[in-house]
Amino acid sequence: MATARSKTSSFSRNLTSTGAVSHIPGIKHGPNGTTFLSSGIPDLDKILGGGFPLGSLVMIMEDAEAPHHLLLLRTFMSQGLVHEQPLLYASPSRDPRAFLGTLPSPLLSKEEKTLKNEQEQEKGLRIAWQYKKYFGENQPNLENSRDTRREYCSEFDLRKPMERHLFSAKFVECVSTLDSSSLAAFRDSCSRFLEKVPRNDVGVRCAGRIAIQSLCAPQCGYFNNEWDMVSFIRSLKNMVRSSNAVAVVTFPPSLISLPLSKRLQHLADTLLSVRAIPDEDKEMSKLLTGYQDMVGLLHVHKVAQINTQVPVILEASTFSIKLQRRRSLVLERLNQAPVDGSSGTSYNTSTSCSGSSKASPLDF
Amino acid sequence: MSKGKAGCLEGPCKSRLGGALFVGTEVVTCGMRLRVPGSAPGWIEDETRVSDCAGRVVLIQDCVETSGAFLLHHLMKRTLSRESSEIVVFVAFAHPFYHYDRILKKLGCNLVTLSQKGRFIFFDMRKLDCLDEVGGGRTKSGLVELFHKIHKAAEVIASPETKKSCITIMIDDLSLVEVAAQGSSSYVLDFLRYCRTLTTEVGCTLILLNHEDIYSNSEESTLNLELEYLADIVMKAKPLATGLAADVHGQLTVLNKRSINEHGKIKKRIQNFQFKVKENSVDYFYSGSRT
Repeated sequence: MATARSKTSSFSRNLTSTGAVSHIPGIKHGPNGTTFLSSGIPDLDKILGGGFPLGSLVMIMEDAEAPHHLLLLRTFMSQGLVHEQPLLYASPSRDPRAFLGTLPSPLLSKEEKTLKNEQEQEKGLRIAWQYKKYFGENQPNLENSRDTRREYCSEFDLRKPMERHLFSAKFVECVSTLDSSSLAAFRDSCSRFLEKVPRNDVGVRCAGRIAIQSLCAPQCGYFNNEWDMVSFIRSLKNMVRSSNAVAVVTFPPSLISLPLSKRLQHLADTLLSVRAIPDEDKEMSKLLTGYQDMVGLLHVHKVAQINTQVPVILEASTFSIKLQRRRSLVLERLNQAPVDGSSGTSYNTSTSCSGSSKASPLDF
Repeated sequence: MSKGKAGCLEGPCKSRLGGALFVGTEVVTCGMRLRVPGSAPGWIEDETRVSDCAGRVVLIQDCVETSGAFLLHHLMKRTLSRESSEIVVFVAFAHPFYHYDRILKKLGCNLVTLSQKGRFIFFDMRKLDCLDEVGGGRTKSGLVELFHKIHKAAEVIASPETKKSCITIMIDDLSLVEVAAQGSSSYVLDFLRYCRTLTTEVGCTLILLNHEDIYSNSEESTLNLELEYLADIVMKAKPLATGLAADVHGQLTVLNKRSINEHGKIKKRIQNFQFKVKENSVDYFYSGSRT
């Protein structure tokens, strides 16, 4: 009786939904009827409350002098390839497909390698049969990672390029924004791509990813026509909204006019910005712990509010981008360095020792 | 939401707000009276008088950091939830129907049944493009057509047989109307002036949402200045100057140009609130009253 009752309670729906999701890797249900895709960075997923919601437009504001936006773009694309999701990549270079060669490959830990070997030996292991092809993506070293997240978001080794067979597959489409004569042609290729992942009542079968690099930058051909650009983004947003896809678009705000930049920021569902930090800034290195490990700063301006009116208020909106063991990308909250030099060392060691992806409450 | 909830929140009606001015104040805003119980922890109660409703233009301004869409939802809910036969004509440029449907459901309105009853009319204009594909030039057909649609809907509703009292027209993002018109702000303004004639002709209320920070450049601020001139009530949602906070989501400035003071004279009136947006309601309170 008791069990029957528990099944009819509100919990039962959640259980079935998570059960349904586990068949489709890389997709997770969120609140308000949204579905999340992973950004490819476990910490960013955590910050955004699960990832990028399907149907949302993510805009990343570039640092005009540093390629940090490419880090986010690469992990986003790699994560899609790991899950074998259709991917459309557009950039203002002559040969956009060459960029795929720079994508990072998923990180394998020692335990996993042994696990993988075991898998190969005995094929009857229960969890393995359906995830065998996604096996490389499990990420082991986050202590509190749940089982669902294991296949949802992988960690990537930024030093190791992705295996060729993953990105030479036919579900990857590359477009050079220099080729198409007008944005209308580019918009058509986006809408053709999005027809592959329509939104319907059946549920999410497959999710698509669109990555557009440096739109609005002077090197892409439409730099002079601001209104075309805004209406392109507007129609892209509408197309993405009615499909099961996420579009990530980077743009350089410092190279375009302020009204245009503000319009684009308003159009974005999720708005991030990246900034490089100067190598030798003595003032800053005094203020922040772990300054020498930082690669750049990530700022979260806006988190998608789909199907809800409540804004997401984060505890911190600026995060430092660090490379852990020179290969995996972690985001940390900025920790203010203690003023006192003697206690400073102990704090410093504690941060570097823990090396965890999130700041422990003691690190103030 | 009305009496019961306010009653449970308010204690004896003493003002902790410093000025006796605010005790039991009624703020007449876009046809609704926002009553501020003096000691209630940030509760504004709205009561609508039909006589106030007619012929106002309300402008909601927001910025990237703080979205003002919650005001739109709030006003929509206020108009639709009452027993009267008020009608909302919603022109959506920013979000699809199901987005609003979900939000309003949490606020206690079912848009699907309301639209079946004819009290909610939704125009999805997200795909509207005024650019003529064939010639490449600008045609004015897009917005003219849209106005005809709105006009027709308003006239049918306001016709003497049906005897409906009040119509509210909402446009959810004017900056996107401008994008649809390929940046021709004069064209957008023409459209808005036409819409404004409806406020006198059939007694509509016009509620517009726009983004203020796009127009911070002095050269391109024509549309915004014209809008501020057209509007009777301007509401501005801004983030807190001190940064993000979990308890206070931002601050709201309400400028009422047609407020009548105690001597019966028309006077401009500015009021500041802070707000916290929740799934099923929005809390408004005076600055500093939330500890």
